[in-house]
Amino acid sequence: MWKRDEAVKPTSGPGTSTGSAVQSQLGGSPSASQPEPRQHGREVVNIGKSVVIKGELSGSEDLTIEGQVEGKIELKENVLTIGPNGKIKAQVFAKALIVQGEVHGNISATEKVEIRDGGSVDGDIISPRVAIADGAHFRGSVDMQRKGAPQPAVQPRSASAAPAQAQTPAAQVAQPAAR
Amino acid sequence: MVSLSDLFARRRKEDRNGDGPVHPTKVLERFLAGLAGRPQPVLLDLGPVVGTNVTFFGEEVGCKILVEDLSKDIDRYVTEGKLEELPAFFDTRFPQQSEAIDGILCWDIFDYLDRAGMERLARQLKRVLRPDGVLLAFFSTADPRAGVRPTYTKHVVVDRAHLEYRPYAGSRPKQRPLLNRDIQRLFEPLRITENFLLKTNLREVLFRKPPLSSRVAPGPTAG
Repeated sequence: MWKRDEAVKPTSGPGTSTGSAVQSQLGGSPSASQPEPRQHGREVVNIGKSVVIKGELSGSEDLTIEGQVEGKIELKENVLTIGPNGKIKAQVFAKALIVQGEVHGNISATEKVEIRDGGSVDGDIISPRVAIADGAHFRGSVDMQRKGAPQPAVQPRSASAAPAQAQTPAAQVAQPAAR
Repeated sequence: MVSLSDLFARRRKEDRNGDGPVHPTKVLERFLAGLAGRPQPVLLDLGPVVGTNVTFFGEEVGCKILVEDLSKDIDRYVTEGKLEELPAFFDTRFPQQSEAIDGILCWDIFDYLDRAGMERLARQLKRVLRPDGVLLAFFSTADPRAGVRPTYTKHVVVDRAHLEYRPYAGSRPKQRPLLNRDIQRLFEPLRITENFLLKTNLREVLFRKPPLSSRVAPGPTAG
């Protein structure tokens, strides 16, 4: 499904029910004859511009969404790409998420989240790596959980009370201002 | 041996577009020091979203970051011609619970507000800031120049001691600068812990909310 001619893979593993809950709502995508895209030798499933999905979407293949999805998306082992035309109102769980379109909802990614130029996210992000390009829109919170990483690298500064001039780049900082 | 923070700084320098001047900052280092010792400090950023800042504060410092771009709010109210409603909007702008934020990055947002807006915004920031939390703000000390196209500034962290000022077009010019005592009064009961006047006519100020212990009034002495 999702514009694939080949037989649907058996849904044996966890999270392999791609589209089963929503298949009836596809509404006949006119772009169903598009060639199947591939990225870096991996098969990528594509949801076309005219497709509207309401419900839960899960799977075990990389997925590109150019249409609209409302509900929940789970691709915990795969890369999810929201194309420039994609509009998502959903909670998103993925290994990696690339946003070029619009996402309204909270995002959880185990690897990374990338909001590219023109991409828009309104929601909270939990991911160890987050990249936000210039020209991207973001409103929400970013929580870069650092599993097994040392505690925050903020160094306690015993010298924080040192006189300001001691580290002052003379060319720029004139003086500590009078209070 | 290259330290982790050096690697991050090098990467940020490589990522920088380099389209704005880089200025030293004294107060950022102190701000970060103010967050030290907290397991995962929650940071509220009132400026426009900057990817490298998210990486810096998220990956290097280990903060949870909340981005609330107030310049967009200002622009919206200006273009809708409802600027007089902006102060009241600040009363409901921040959904955060009281005393939930460890650090606030105001950057230079106060330069673009009128008095009523400043007071309402400062009231909210004082509410959400945790006891012993820190607030960083920049204030221009120069009168705004007439006839200059309004610009806002993205403050991009280059490293702990340097910021890139990246200007971009805005709808509202900077307003008349505040006097030092006005800044102090605006944020009371927050205390000014650092105050630097740069040659760029910018005042960098670090505020700290008094810890709970210092705010509790002494009870009546027994006996």
